[in-house]
Amino acid sequence: MLTRKNAGAAGASPRLRRLSTAKVPTMDRRMFLKRSGLVAGAGAFASQLPYGTMQTAPVANAAEAVKREVHRTVCTHCSVGCSIDAVVENGVWVRHEPVFDSPLNLGAHCVKGASVREHGHGEFRLKSPMKLVGGKYQKITWDQAINEVGDKILALKKEAGPDSIYWVGSSKHSNEQSYLLRKFVSFFGSNNCDHQARICHSTTVAGVANTWGYGAMTNSYNDMNNTKCALYIGSNAAEAHPVSMLHMLHAKETGAKMIVVDPRFTRTAAHADVYVRLRSGTDVAFLFGVLYHIFDNGWEDKQYINDRVYGMDKVREDVMAKWTPDKVTEVCGVPEAQVRQVAEMMAKNRPSTLVWCMGQTQHTIGNAMVRASCIVQLALGNIGVSGGGANIFRGHDNVQGATDVGPNPDSLPGYYGVSAGSWKHYAAVWNVPYEWMQQQFAPGMMEKPGLTVSRWIDGVLEQNEHIDQPSNLRAIVFWGHAPNSQSRGKEMVEAMKKLDMIVVIDPYPSATAAMAAMVRKDGVYLLPACTQFETSGSVTASNRSLQWRERVIRPLFESQTDQALMAAFARKLGFGEQMLKNYDMVKPDGDAKMEEPSPESILKELNRANWTIGYTGQSPERLKLHMKNQHTFDVKTLRANGGPCDGDYYGLPWPCYGTPELKHPGSPNLYDQSKSVMQGGGCFRANFGVERDGVNLLAEDGSYPKGSELTTGYPEFDHVLLKKLGWWEDLTEAEKKAAEGKNWKTDLSGGIQRVAMIHGCHPFGNAKARALVWNFPDAIPQHREPLYSPRPDLIEKYPTHDDKKAFWRLPTLYKSVQEKNKNISQQFPLVLTSGRLVEYEGGGEETRSNPWLAELKQECFVEINPKDANDRGVRHDEYVWVTTPTGAQLKVKAQVTDRVGAGTTFMPFHFSGWWMGKDMLEYYPEGAHPIVRGEAVNTATTYGYDSVTMMQETKTTLCQIEKMSA
Amino acid sequence: MARMKFICDAERCIECNSCVVACKQEHNIPWGVNRRRVVTLNDGVPGERSISAACMHCSDAPCMAVCPVDCFYKTADGVVLHDKDLCIGCGYCFYACPFGAPQFPQDGAFGLRGKMDKCTFCAGGPEPDGSEAEFQKYGRNRLAEGKLPACAEMCSTKALLGGDGDVLADIYRQRAMARGKGSEVWGWATAYGRPEGKPSAPRPQDKPGPKAPANGNGGKS
Repeated sequence: MLTRKNAGAAGASPRLRRLSTAKVPTMDRRMFLKRSGLVAGAGAFASQLPYGTMQTAPVANAAEAVKREVHRTVCTHCSVGCSIDAVVENGVWVRHEPVFDSPLNLGAHCVKGASVREHGHGEFRLKSPMKLVGGKYQKITWDQAINEVGDKILALKKEAGPDSIYWVGSSKHSNEQSYLLRKFVSFFGSNNCDHQARICHSTTVAGVANTWGYGAMTNSYNDMNNTKCALYIGSNAAEAHPVSMLHMLHAKETGAKMIVVDPRFTRTAAHADVYVRLRSGTDVAFLFGVLYHIFDNGWEDKQYINDRVYGMDKVREDVMAKWTPDKVTEVCGVPEAQVRQVAEMMAKNRPSTLVWCMGQTQHTIGNAMVRASCIVQLALGNIGVSGGGANIFRGHDNVQGATDVGPNPDSLPGYYGVSAGSWKHYAAVWNVPYEWMQQQFAPGMMEKPGLTVSRWIDGVLEQNEHIDQPSNLRAIVFWGHAPNSQSRGKEMVEAMKKLDMIVVIDPYPSATAAMAAMVRKDGVYLLPACTQFETSGSVTASNRSLQWRERVIRPLFESQTDQALMAAFARKLGFGEQMLKNYDMVKPDGDAKMEEPSPESILKELNRANWTIGYTGQSPERLKLHMKNQHTFDVKTLRANGGPCDGDYYGLPWPCYGTPELKHPGSPNLYDQSKSVMQGGGCFRANFGVERDGVNLLAEDGSYPKGSELTTGYPEFDHVLLKKLGWWEDLTEAEKKAAEGKNWKTDLSGGIQRVAMIHGCHPFGNAKARALVWNFPDAIPQHREPLYSPRPDLIEKYPTHDDKKAFWRLPTLYKSVQEKNKNISQQFPLVLTSGRLVEYEGGGEETRSNPWLAELKQECFVEINPKDANDRGVRHDEYVWVTTPTGAQLKVKAQVTDRVGAGTTFMPFHFSGWWMGKDMLEYYPEGAHPIVRGEAVNTATTYGYDSVTMMQETKTTLCQIEKMSA
Repeated sequence: MARMKFICDAERCIECNSCVVACKQEHNIPWGVNRRRVVTLNDGVPGERSISAACMHCSDAPCMAVCPVDCFYKTADGVVLHDKDLCIGCGYCFYACPFGAPQFPQDGAFGLRGKMDKCTFCAGGPEPDGSEAEFQKYGRNRLAEGKLPACAEMCSTKALLGGDGDVLADIYRQRAMARGKGSEVWGWATAYGRPEGKPSAPRPQDKPGPKAPANGNGGKS
C-alpha cells in the first residue's frame, strides 16, 4: 500500500471518521445500493441487457423539505428525440435526470442534450421586446411592439400586397406552432413562408416522396439494431445525431458492418469498418458505381424489382453504360476495389440500410443524389424491410414535424399542396368560407408556391420585373430561424439594408440582430419568444414518432409562447377571430402572460385535417399515455408489449391512419408488407397514376401487405373505388354522408380509410416505387458538376442544368454561373465544404450562448490538409484568411489535419458574430450576445440551388486559404 | 465489497463530450474547471479513438499518498474523496495524478490556486449527505440518492460506465466477447507488459472457480 492512511474505517482521517459515524450514510451507501437492487441483481440483470445500461434505484429520500415536481420533456436540439426528466423546485429548473425508460435514447444524451437545463437560466437570452433606434437596441413594451410591427405589416399589405412580407418559420416550433404558423400566413393571404427544412432535407423530401410515396425516414434509429450493414453517405451521425450511434454501435457489436463514405474522415468514420473518401459533390457517381457492381454480379433482388419497382431496367441501362469503374474513379477519385467492396458488403449483408444527411442534400443536384441512394436500396430490395430502409436522419428536433404540417411555401399542412381543392379541404377544417380565404390573397397568388427561405435575399434584391409576384419583399419576419444558415451572407446584408422592416421572434436575438444593426439604424424589432421548455406540445422525431412535451418552467423574463404571439398578431392583423375560433383559449400564467390557444386544441384540429400522412390518430391523450408508459415499449421494435399502450408503436409514428378511436398503432417501418396495414404495415404509394406508356405502375400480382383482401396492385381509395368493390355499405350512415364525393385524403370522417383498412388494404393504394421519376429534370439521376467545380475538365463531360427563368418565383442560374466560373479553380483551388460540430446546433446562437457548451469549442476554424497547409506556409492553430469567389474573406484558425484530404477544406457552420475579421459584439443588444462568436462560413458561400427544391449548395464550393501577414 | 469504478469503452466513445457537460450541469461547475474531459488519440486518422477521463478512484491513489495535509479519504465503496476545508491548494496531488484529475479554480503558485476540485464519483464530500454545505463544496451526492454518476448515466453511447466494478467488468467482458476483440485493451498485461509474442493472459475472472475481484488490474490490489 502506498497510502499513508490506515485502512480501517474506509481510510478516513479521524475528523472524517467522526463525521461519517455520526451521520451514518457513508458506510450505508453500499448496503443501500444492494438493497435497492442495483448491486445484487445487477450481475444477472446486465447479462440480459443489450446496452449495458445501468439502472437507477428509486430515490428513497425520506422527508424532502422542498416541494419538487418532475416534468417529462424532450430535448430541443436534434431529431433523435431524447427524453428528459426535468426536476423543478419552487419554479426553478434545478436538475436534469436521464430517462432510462425512453426506448429512443435509454437515458443517453449527447453534449447538447446534457446541457439543456441552461435554458432554465437563459442568461444570454433576449429578455424584453426591443427596437433598433439610431443603431442601438432599446427596450420597448409588448403593446408597442405588437402595434408598431402590426401597423407596418398592415401598411405594407395595403401598399404592396400580402406577398411583400416573408415569414420564416421554424423547425424548432412544436407541431402545433408550426401548423398554426402555416394557418396564420394563409389567413394573412400569402404562401411566402418557409422554414429550415428547405435548407436541410427539402431535396430528400421531394426525391423520396416522388420515388415511393412519403418524404421521410423509412425506418428508425432503433431499427438500426436489426441491420446487418449500414452505409453512411453524407452523414456525420457521431456529431450530428450522437445518440443514434447508441443503436448503431450496438448493432455493430452484434455483427453488423458499418461503412462511411465522406470527403472528410469524420468521427463517425473513425468507428466504421470501411471508410471511403470521395470528392465532395460526386455522390451520384459513387452510388451508381456501387450499383454497377450490384448489377454486374447479379446481386440485385430480381423478384422485388419485378413486383415493386418501376423503371429499374432503364436505370440499369444508363448505369452500365455511364458508370463503368474507370469513370467512377475519374469523377469521385475512389478506386474500383473500394467501390466494389462497398457493393459487396451491402449486397451480402442484407438487410442493409443506407443513411444520408446534408452531405447529399445540399447540392445543386441534391434531388438526384438522394434518388440515387433510393435506387441502390430498391435494387437490393431493402426498402420496406426491418433492418433495411433509407434512414434519412433529419436535423432539428421538429424539422420532420414542421415539414409535415408546418410553414411550407408550396403546401398546406400534410403535403396537400396549394391547389384549389387543398384550400377547400382546409377551409372546411378551419371552418371559414373558401371565398373568404380567397379574398385574403392577391389575385392569382393563392395557388402559386411562394418564395423559399434559401432565396429570400433575391426576393429583395432581384429586379421587380424578373420576380413572379407583384412586389419585391419589403419586410421579413424571422420566427425562429438563423440567417447564418443560409448561403451568400455577403449579399444578405445588402438585402437587410434594403428592407423596410426586419422582425426577429426568437428566444435569442440571433445573428439577425447583429447583422441588421451592422448595416441599419432603425426598422428592426426583436421579440422574445420562449423555448419549448416553457410551453407544451408535440414534436416529431426523425423516425416519425410523436412525443409530447410537458411544460417545465413558466416563460422566462418577458418572453411569450409562439402560439400566444401568433394569436396576438392575428388579432392585430384582423383575422384573429376566424383563425382562433376552433381553439380553447387559455392563460397558463394568469394575466402575467398573453392569452394563447391551448396546444391540445390545436393538435385536435391538426388531427382532423391531416389524413394524407396519417397525423390523424395521434391525439394528445394517446401521446401523453405513451410518454407515461415509455418503459412498456421494446427498444428494437418500438412496439408496446402489454400495458395500456399494448400493440402501439412508440409515439405512433406516422402514418397513424384513421381517427384516434380506431387505434391504428402507427407505422414503425414504411412500406413493410410483412405486417397488415392495421398493424402498421404498408406498400408503396399509388400517387403517380396506374400506368405510364403502357407499363404498369401498380404492384404486381402477389405483392401486397399481409392479410390484404386485394392480392394485387390497386389505386388509391376514393368513394368510387369503395362502391365498385362493394365495400360502401361498410361505412356508417354518418361516414357515408361525409365520404360521398371524397377520397381517403379529404374524407373528414375517416370512413374511407377505416373501411379500406378493415379489408387489409392500404388507403393510398398499392403501387411500385419509381426508379425513374419522369417529372424531375433528370428522370434518371445524373451527375452534374457543381457550379463552382475544381475540375474544369469534368464540367465539359458533366455540365450543369440550363438556367431557369421563373422557378419558385425567381430566375435561377445554373449554366451561366458554371460557364463564367469554369476556370475559377485556378484562383480558388480548394474545395470548401461545411458541416456540424457536436457541441453546437444550427446557426448556433442558442448553443454558443450556453456556457457549458461554449467552453468546449471557443473558436471557429478551418480544417486543411498538411500538404495544402505546407504549400501555403500555414501552421497549425494560427489565423488564416479563407477567401471565396464572392469576395468574402473569413478570419479563422487553421486546423492542419489529415481529417480532410488534400484539396479539400472544411468549416463548421454554427458560428456567427464575426464579420470578415471583425467582432460584431457591439451590434448585439446589451447582455444578449453569444459567449462564443466567430466567422459564419455562409458569409462566404457561393450561389447555387437545387433544380427541384431550391436547396442551397453549401457542401461544394471553392476557396483559397492565405496565411495572415503579421 | 462493492468497489466503484469507471470504465470507458473506446469502441463506443464518439467524443461527444456529454459526460463533460453532464458533470458540469449536475454540480454547477464553473467555466475553466473540468472534472471530466474526453481525450482523443490519433485525431483525424484511421485508428482514432477517444476515452473519457476523470478521477479513476484508484485503489492505490497517488494523490492520497502525497497530500501533505492528509485531506483525502476513501469511502467504503472505494470512492476517493477529499476535504476542501483541509486542502491548502498546494497542487501536489495534481503532479502525482497520472490522469490529470485534480483541478484548481485559479492559476498561480502554491497557495494561490484555491481549493482543489475533482470528480467525486457523484458522492459529495465529508459533510452530511445531501446537505447544502456538501452541495456548495462538492456538488450533488447522487450515490446517497441511490443513483450513479451523472456522466455515465447520460453517456450517449453507453461507452462510459460507472458503478460497481464487478458489474462493469461483466458488461465490458460481454461486449468484448461479442466483438471478438478488445479484452487486450485493459488489465495488468496491457499496463505492465507481457511476454513477447504471447497473447494477453486470460484474466482470473474468465476462469472457472471462485470469483476474483474485478478491479481491472488482474486481481492484484
